[in-house]
Amino acid sequence: MVQSIIQEIALQKDYLESAPLKSIYFGGGTPSLLTQKDLDTIFNAIHKYHQISESVEITLEANPDDLSLEKLQQLAQTPVNRLSIGTQSFFEEDLQWMNRAHTAQEAKNCIQIAQDQGFNNLTIDLIYGTPTTTNEMWKQNIQTAIELGIAHLSCYCLTVEPDTALEHFVKKGTKEAVDEEKAAQQFEILMQQAALAGYEHYEISNFAKPDCHARHNSNYWLGASYLGVGPSAHSFNGHSRQWNIAHNAKYIKALQEGQLSFEKEILTPDQQYNEYILTALRTKWGCELQKISTWGKGHEQYFLKSVEPYLKEQLIQERKQTYTLTSKGKLLADRIAMELFI
Amino acid sequence: MKNIRNFCVIAHIDHGKSTLSDRLLEFTQTISERKMQNQALDDMDLERERGITIKSHAIQMYFNHENGEKYTLNMIDTPGHVDFSYEVSRSIAACEGALLLVDASQGVQAQTISNLYLAIEHDLEIIPVLNKVDMESAMVEEMSDQIIDLIGCDKEDIILASGKTGIGILDILNAVVDRVPAPTGSLDLPLQAVIFDSMFNSYRGIIAYFRIINGTMRKGDKVLFMNTESEYTADEVGILQMDQVPQKELHAGNVGYIVTGVKVSKEIKVGDTITTVENPAPEAIQGFEDVKPMVFAGIFPIDNDDFEDLRDSLEKLQLNDASLVFEPETSVALGFGFRCGFLGMLHLEIIQERLSREFDQDVITTIPNVSYLAYTTRGKELKVNTPTDLPDPTQMDRVEEPWIVAQVITKPEYIGAIMTLAMEKRGNLTNQHYLTPERVELSFDLPLAEIVFDFYDRLKSISRGYASFDYSPKEYRAADLVRLDIKLNGEPVDALSALVHRTKAQSFGRRICKRLKELLPRQQFQIAIQAAIGGKVVARETISALRKDVTAKCYGGDISRKRKLLEKQKKGKKKMRQVGNVEVPQKAFLQVLKLD
Ligand SMILES: Nc1nc2c(ncn2[C@@H]2O[C@H](COP(=O)(O)OP(=O)(O)OP(=O)(O)O)[C@@H](O)[C@H]2O)c(=O)[nH]1
Ligand SMILES: [Mg+2]
Repeated sequence: MVQSIIQEIALQKDYLESAPLKSIYFGGGTPSLLTQKDLDTIFNAIHKYHQISESVEITLEANPDDLSLEKLQQLAQTPVNRLSIGTQSFFEEDLQWMNRAHTAQEAKNCIQIAQDQGFNNLTIDLIYGTPTTTNEMWKQNIQTAIELGIAHLSCYCLTVEPDTALEHFVKKGTKEAVDEEKAAQQFEILMQQAALAGYEHYEISNFAKPDCHARHNSNYWLGASYLGVGPSAHSFNGHSRQWNIAHNAKYIKALQEGQLSFEKEILTPDQQYNEYILTALRTKWGCELQKISTWGKGHEQYFLKSVEPYLKEQLIQERKQTYTLTSKGKLLADRIAMELFI
Repeated sequence: MKNIRNFCVIAHIDHGKSTLSDRLLEFTQTISERKMQNQALDDMDLERERGITIKSHAIQMYFNHENGEKYTLNMIDTPGHVDFSYEVSRSIAACEGALLLVDASQGVQAQTISNLYLAIEHDLEIIPVLNKVDMESAMVEEMSDQIIDLIGCDKEDIILASGKTGIGILDILNAVVDRVPAPTGSLDLPLQAVIFDSMFNSYRGIIAYFRIINGTMRKGDKVLFMNTESEYTADEVGILQMDQVPQKELHAGNVGYIVTGVKVSKEIKVGDTITTVENPAPEAIQGFEDVKPMVFAGIFPIDNDDFEDLRDSLEKLQLNDASLVFEPETSVALGFGFRCGFLGMLHLEIIQERLSREFDQDVITTIPNVSYLAYTTRGKELKVNTPTDLPDPTQMDRVEEPWIVAQVITKPEYIGAIMTLAMEKRGNLTNQHYLTPERVELSFDLPLAEIVFDFYDRLKSISRGYASFDYSPKEYRAADLVRLDIKLNGEPVDALSALVHRTKAQSFGRRICKRLKELLPRQQFQIAIQAAIGGKVVARETISALRKDVTAKCYGGDISRKRKLLEKQKKGKKKMRQVGNVEVPQKAFLQVLKLD
């Protein structure tokens, strides 16, 4: 697999314009399985084909049970300078309900070890809205993260995705569905508590201490270009998106034959507009009228007309022709985006 | 003419008319073996899917009698369901004889009797056929006695038959020739042909089916449609076999079709008489009795722009379904549409289906009601076919509702349950008559409004299928009727108003409110659903405001999926109807009535 990834990096070397890379992200699946040597090989390949910015952000996703002292020591030797840890919760009940492999204790320990190894730019995932999570527990989870001095939080409401085991259990009635009122309350708790602790709510699910927002993920929301490498990885260059075949063996086989197997969609102006609304509205940077006008006068007028009721209801606020969600609006981001869609 | 026989096949629903017709078509080689399929005359998809006949179907056969003569037999297979009885009555008018089928295990049922009476009224020669005698459960002796009792024939007159195995087919054909009188018209008189059915064909225009009473119709003749007073050229005339077969001319006594190239639905009316321009008949044949719709409902295009198309579709459908009536109607919630009259709920359902399948018109149907008579304090009589027609209570003296006489034939053990049902439906028993010790006929007076909706289904289930039911209009009687309005956040939705008996208003209101609660999507604000009579709220439900609607993760691969999902929602939203500040999906209008 690593070999194929190297091949793909070579093949796709011209996908991004030549500007130096600002961020690299190892995510999806279990990138912590990569050995130090694997990582070295990949970094060499990246260096070979790309210029890399001095202040590059290099993130690696890992679950607490993967992050042993030994593993963290090894990682400290690599250029990886940011860890994204799938903590989910510091409560045993929650972790069990979510079928997680790690314990609450492991969740805390690995953070401290990582910090000891010099990883100061940490982000952790926390989940709310789980049936086992009371509002009190949720407050404590946030508090624990704050006390551990974590610079960046990604907090997700439990979602029952189609075709997952969870959906199956919920349908069968063996697991409770998400209680919307509780989820809303916990989202509100989160917004308040994070703000008090000095985190900036810069995207619906993301909170950062000053200057610690995920540069990599922010690119997705700002419509910047990115290159995804590996099975099922998505790439985007402003007007077209492509995603590699998901099947590992087929991915490898194609690259052995010197080819990349992917699907591609070209976005129409309306689709580009809709995506911009969908993603930008979720962020503190908001939707800029200036940007919207690049799709034409019609789009601009349509936007102004459809945004009006939301301004009135104070779900959206406007400052210098930039439109962002209010706290109240953040609870309804999808609905509002849909209404603003063309 | 002496070698023509015109007959129809009539019976209670499912007694085997179409299957027996198959055997007759097969025996006379009207249909080739290769093309043979079960119920071959049921050529509409809907008929085949549901296993019932919806349309009467005329077809011509040739039969060589043992007397050495060749006969032309025009047969019409008719539907058995009550909602299509208008099809039966028009078919009967084109015939001199009828095969009355009785299922040998079911015996005489309600529509056996009502269709028999229709045939007798028109002086048709009745040939009783005890059908499905192949079945193990057939009770030939007992059922023969029932038939003898019913029509007063001799035992020998009854033909034992099976549409499945073909028993009795030759006997039936012989009986048609021997017993049904030949048509009596005259070739020398001016042409008089009665239109008993028609259909629209997008290439050929309107095709009218007729029975010639007197005279001759020739291809190329200038013809006059006497009631609509329109003149055309007979571009094509012919006979109805499995396909239409063009002929040079057709004579008195025969059944056929005519194509004139007319495409405007209004110009051809079922019941009209065709004559020639050159030698017109002094008068038209008396047409058919007007249909009396039993149920009315609004039909609205889903998209307001489709109103004219819908009108056009209804007009074309009416050509093929003379029992459909409609007039324009407007609704605040649904825009322009039509108030349509139907013969029953099945009829309504079939029209809706046919609009969708044959004309690609998906429609919203409002809550059906029967036709009431309202009397104002000033003594004016008003017909009320739609809830908005009901005068304000302050200006209304009284309302009357239609009552019917219902005949139910069943086994004695179900009498109790059926009487309970009838009482629940505000009915009263007027007669109880044992046909045999095992079969009893119950007569009830019932309000029509109570039986058009779920009476028949309930009757079937409480009697495990051992009850058949027929009804005919009786009179108007005073009714304690109210208009139940449905309001969303205080805004009335006229399309959901209903006319209901006061005693049933609250429970009906509750059901609708509950159903709407399931059907309306949540919005950013709370939605109050109320059912009200005048100013008084009798039922209420609340849909809580949408609290949270936001995706947790929206990274690289999620974006396009999420966009597509929201784009789909947006598309659905564009089709919603706005009632005040509440958005109502079409689905809500379509499904609110499926109350159970
Ligand atoms: N055993 C047996 N079954 C039969 C016979 N004739 C019809 N059937 C069955 O009875 C059912 C109804 O038959 P149809 O011929 O459709 O009845 P119909 O009277 O035309 O029904 P409608 O037109 O809807 O009133 C079908 O399932 C047939 O297969 C028969 O002679 N013997
Ligand atoms: Mg039939």
